[in-house]
Amino acid sequence: MSKNIKLMQGNEACIEAALMVGMRFYAGYPITPSTELAELSAEKLPYYGGKFIQMEDEIAGIAAAIGGSLAGLKSMTATSGPGFSLKQENIGYAMIAEVPLVIVNVQRGGPSTGLPTSPAQGDIMQAKWGTHGDHPVIALSPESVPETFELTIRAFNLAEKYRTPVMLLTDEIVGHMREKIEIPAIEEIEIFNRLKPIEGKEYLPYKIEEGDIVPRMASYGEGYRYHVTGLFHDETGFPSNSSENAELMLNHLMSKVEDNLDDIITYEEYMIEDAEFLIVAYGSTSRTARSAVKILRQEGIKVGMFRPITIWPSPEKRLREISKNIKNILVAEMNLGQYVYEIQRIVKSNSEVYHIGRANGEVLMPSEIVTKVKEVL
Amino acid sequence: MSSTLISNYFREANLPHIWCPGCSNGIVTRALVKAIDELGLDKNKVTVVSGIGCSSRAPGYLDFNTLHTTHGRALAFATGLKLANPDLEVIVITGDGDVSAIGGNHLIHAARRNINITTIVFNNNIYGMTGGQYSPTTPTHALGTTAPHGNIDKPFDITQLAAAAGATYAARTTSYHVNQLIKYIKKGIENKGFSLIEAASICPTYYGRKNKSGSAVKMMEFLRDNYIDIKAYDKLPDDKKIGKETMGEFKEITLPEYTDEYLRLIENLKGAEK
Ligand SMILES: Cc1ncc(C[n+]2csc(CCOP(=O)(O)OP(=O)(O)O)c2C)c(N)n1
Ligand code: SF4
Repeated sequence: MSKNIKLMQGNEACIEAALMVGMRFYAGYPITPSTELAELSAEKLPYYGGKFIQMEDEIAGIAAAIGGSLAGLKSMTATSGPGFSLKQENIGYAMIAEVPLVIVNVQRGGPSTGLPTSPAQGDIMQAKWGTHGDHPVIALSPESVPETFELTIRAFNLAEKYRTPVMLLTDEIVGHMREKIEIPAIEEIEIFNRLKPIEGKEYLPYKIEEGDIVPRMASYGEGYRYHVTGLFHDETGFPSNSSENAELMLNHLMSKVEDNLDDIITYEEYMIEDAEFLIVAYGSTSRTARSAVKILRQEGIKVGMFRPITIWPSPEKRLREISKNIKNILVAEMNLGQYVYEIQRIVKSNSEVYHIGRANGEVLMPSEIVTKVKEVL
Repeated sequence: MSSTLISNYFREANLPHIWCPGCSNGIVTRALVKAIDELGLDKNKVTVVSGIGCSSRAPGYLDFNTLHTTHGRALAFATGLKLANPDLEVIVITGDGDVSAIGGNHLIHAARRNINITTIVFNNNIYGMTGGQYSPTTPTHALGTTAPHGNIDKPFDITQLAAAAGATYAARTTSYHVNQLIKYIKKGIENKGFSLIEAASICPTYYGRKNKSGSAVKMMEFLRDNYIDIKAYDKLPDDKKIGKETMGEFKEITLPEYTDEYLRLIENLKGAEK
């Protein structure tokens, strides 16, 4: 069979992958630079027997997507900037109710309406802390079109496996640029579908079966007649006010992610074997950082790059290990300093942590990173 | 009769309910269950979705697929469920604040789409759950904990709002007129499109106490004596209309239903190039 090679936009690759992994429900509200995700879903889903609906706002978009998921369809919503702010309350709902869902945020300049058509990485902390209360977060950040494809598949698989909303944090550059991509055959794609109740066994909607990570999930209408709420609830799904139960539930929500970090976390290490200086970058900024590494290496400076692909939970263990041999770390990101605090927290006193960033809609240039590295040295 | 309704449709382990003595939420919930029973709906397909509020706690007591969502958003969640699986019989339970303040936008758009969802509004003219603040249906001059000097807002007519926004069935009655309420709910469920049934309700604990409306019985008598069928109301001389409220069927028409239209769209694309 000949290879299926295409030239595609990041947003296009996202929907292509979503359809292949089985997304059959999309609900959202248009906003630049994520709009293509809605447009392509509207165009393509009906051919797969899937459903698209343009809701009245982003709050309704995620609400309907949660409904779609409870009805048994792999569901997605996508947005940017202001829309991501609007979705926050229901992101928390999906987390506490353990509803699988993929939320794409094609980041643009903020705050507020900000810079609608410019890239940014300013929602990194919002992705982690945007919804109120303590909660587990899985967020992935692709640097290219092919990786957008790959991580969209992963996002759906993680959402289904861990019964939690998974965020795909791209940005205006990755979403809109065109690159060559090889679309794998469907047989080559690993697809995870949520586990269904064990037939013949009594079903408690939030009970975790022996050997499972999360409760098994029945679809509404299948005959299980269970209750889902955003209140703290026990195994029965019904609300419970007891602090013992709340603690148990929160422990479960957090540990289903924290106990499976090796499965959830991926990262890339670039020229770090002999590196004395490390650049940490993610998403489209890592492309700039990679160029900077090449330039600096030509000048004989021993620099490497560490790129978290899973942004949340952060690749803490590996980065701390690497940092033992690194004197200086430069975090490059398109914001005024967000992920840098996470890196500082991780490496503690192992390395000095510096930051280069900007939030005016202009991307960082390799030369700027080169200059900053030399300044530090 | 009542006891079989309870054993057949209620989650008895979750009873007694949390509502105050004299609250009409139980009456409206029972009317819904009675309507479902009389229509002989398949319990496994019935899906009851609610927002947040005293009234929105009702689904927890009902033995159907039930979803207790976020404040105001029940109709948006319900829209997703219904579109994803049109075989579900989707019913939304909501309060006046839930559906016409924070959820007002979702109400008008669900109505506009004419999606086959039946919405039952428990309208007690107040925010019960949070302790008696004024809602978009609190009458002008009435008192609430956030209207200690009298409400200066003008109230919504939720039934007429839904009718104007595109609902194909819109009716109002009260929690006193139970048989009529059951009849309207049945008609709403049978209507293939967006239906809204408003049940004028009472909150003796907050609305009643703040406004010196008297006992729960007195408040029920108020519903009995002051709600008049729209046709009779229209014939009244103006001076007799003062202080009266309208009830009855405000809209009953047939229009294409949203999920039907979507399924048709899928059907039409079959065999076409992706
Ligand atoms: C986003 C959000 N804002 C505010 C609240 C607090 N709140 C809970 S119920 C409620 C009002 C409920 O009033 P209504 O919908 O009329 O229902 P009732 O309790 O009277 O049945 C409010 C304001 C909330 N839960 N969520
Ligand atoms: S506060 Fe009012 S609405 Fe809520 S349960 Fe009590 S009487 Fe009913």
